[in-house]
Amino acid sequence: MAEIEKYAPLVGQSVIDDLRLLSERLKGKVIQHINSTPVGGGVAEILNRMLPLLMELGVDTKWDVIKGGEQFFAVTKKFHNALHGRAEVITQRDLEIFMETSQQNIKSVDTYGDIVFIHDPQPIALVKKKANNKWLWRCHVDVSNPNERVWGFLMDFIVQYDSAIFSAPSFSRKLPIRQFLIPPSIDPLSDKNKELSQETINSVLRKYNIKKDKPIITQVSRFDRLKDPIGVIGAYLQVKKYINCQLILAGGTAEDDPEGFKVLDEVKEEAKKDPDIHILLLPQNDIEVNALQRASDIIVQKSLKEGFGLTVAEALWKAKPVVASNVGGIPLQIKHKYSGLLCHSIEGASFAIKQLLGSPAYAQKLGENGREHIKNNFLITRHLRDYMLLFLSLYYPEDIVHLC
Amino acid sequence: MPELIKAKDPFKFCTRLHLSELTGLRAATLDQLLALIKEVPGSCIYHHTHRFLQQHQFLSPEPPNDFAFWVTDILGEDELGERLVSIDTIQYSTIRDLREKIVSTIETYLNGNLLAKLKFSRSGEEFHFIKSVSFILPTNYVAYDLSEFVEVLKKITIDSIYFHIFEARLRLEKPTNDFSFWIENSLGDKKLANNISSFDPYTSTLEDLRGKIIHMIENRISQ
Repeated sequence: MAEIEKYAPLVGQSVIDDLRLLSERLKGKVIQHINSTPVGGGVAEILNRMLPLLMELGVDTKWDVIKGGEQFFAVTKKFHNALHGRAEVITQRDLEIFMETSQQNIKSVDTYGDIVFIHDPQPIALVKKKANNKWLWRCHVDVSNPNERVWGFLMDFIVQYDSAIFSAPSFSRKLPIRQFLIPPSIDPLSDKNKELSQETINSVLRKYNIKKDKPIITQVSRFDRLKDPIGVIGAYLQVKKYINCQLILAGGTAEDDPEGFKVLDEVKEEAKKDPDIHILLLPQNDIEVNALQRASDIIVQKSLKEGFGLTVAEALWKAKPVVASNVGGIPLQIKHKYSGLLCHSIEGASFAIKQLLGSPAYAQKLGENGREHIKNNFLITRHLRDYMLLFLSLYYPEDIVHLC
Repeated sequence: MPELIKAKDPFKFCTRLHLSELTGLRAATLDQLLALIKEVPGSCIYHHTHRFLQQHQFLSPEPPNDFAFWVTDILGEDELGERLVSIDTIQYSTIRDLREKIVSTIETYLNGNLLAKLKFSRSGEEFHFIKSVSFILPTNYVAYDLSEFVEVLKKITIDSIYFHIFEARLRLEKPTNDFSFWIENSLGDKKLANNISSFDPYTSTLEDLRGKIIHMIENRISQ
């Protein structure tokens, strides 16, 4: 059976038929994705799942990765933090380092696609090579309140693209090019989201010496300050005063994130305050992440900023009650008190966790509503459809496009 | 059972897929919202009054248009929210008319509630204007009679039902929905056509709508 057909029982055969109708309109076009890392983080994960499906649908899709050394990624990490609104000192030397590596990539990367699809700021300068082909810039970052110096620097490149793509409406601002709203998605058949047997879940808990003798609260995220792991521990410790429970902080680090291990050390230090805090470093072990989410009673995503927050969609797909910050793309996934609880502070997160642990029936209802919302709006089939429509939009500027 | 009438020209099912185009325009107060509602493209008005139909295919706590949701939940103007949510969209045959009704509803409210002008949203909770870009594609499904028609209706995407019921009428400014038009003009069944066009599709989920139309047609076939 074709891979794409395996989604039909979940989303309906007619949704798959529509994807085939669209893909026929893209015959002969080569789509070239370019980003900065083949593994780690949400972008690589989505591309790894989407590309084979697009190929199977007949859309000729390639993926290339730019090169960058330690200095370059240290600068792009600063850009990332600054775009998220964090105070960062961006020096002239930082901009020079960015441009030096970008120039090397401009020389070495062949931009052969009919549509060149650039992900995030790291490869953004490649647009200098734009010829007669179409160029898209996909921003996966929360740029609702960016550092203006970095944004201004990037704008010189952004305006050269045909269109830009953002994950949430609050990230958009007036631009002289078209911009589209395309939230990311999760793959319900991936190792991270597929159904697991109770035995598999139990074996993962055994491996990490986690007993199911008290409620489990979990945050799955890279060890990154913007995910506020220290804040999660703070919220957990407030809950622990009243309810005996345990906390799992599980995640990996990405190749393009030099800060990860430093943050991990800080989190380990903070975790010494309570024996029931489990810090798990799980580099790319999706089955284990899946099992830990399914074993949890509550999933937390207490990010300070969030490009989208796919871990929320993952948790809701497993019908788990979620407590998450009201930032980035999270409010698109959670309607407060309907499909989860939104919070703005450590105290708010702690109160929401206590509420859910105290009202299991309410928690269950939130999880069920959340699963339905994810099914309708945040699965990979919707994402494939949006990307194919996006590619077509490059050739049709009007608001109503008749492809009859 | 009498033999079903075969149409000379079959009903060709299309589907409508959409992309959300961001405008970068945002409002933090009712005055700003009103000013932008007057000037944004019709595709924006269409998006914010119809998005919910395709995104929430199950019962949801959201009012069925984005303006009403924002006015109620963010600005706390419940009365205006109620007035906006109860605009009878089916009465308006063009986006222009619908836009005028939304504008006059907000203006009337502001004239009688001057304090409402002072309310503003928190940073990050502004109203963001989005445009709906529609792509209309033919599907492989056609029907020559009611029996074939109802079988296709059972398996076609809700996007297709959405297109023929909502978009064809309001956005493409056709006199009625596509199903009623074909049933009346190609099958000569005015009664069934009227039955389908006479109920308010805005108060159902799309799956409920599918079920109601299937039920009406199956009843008609069995008569």
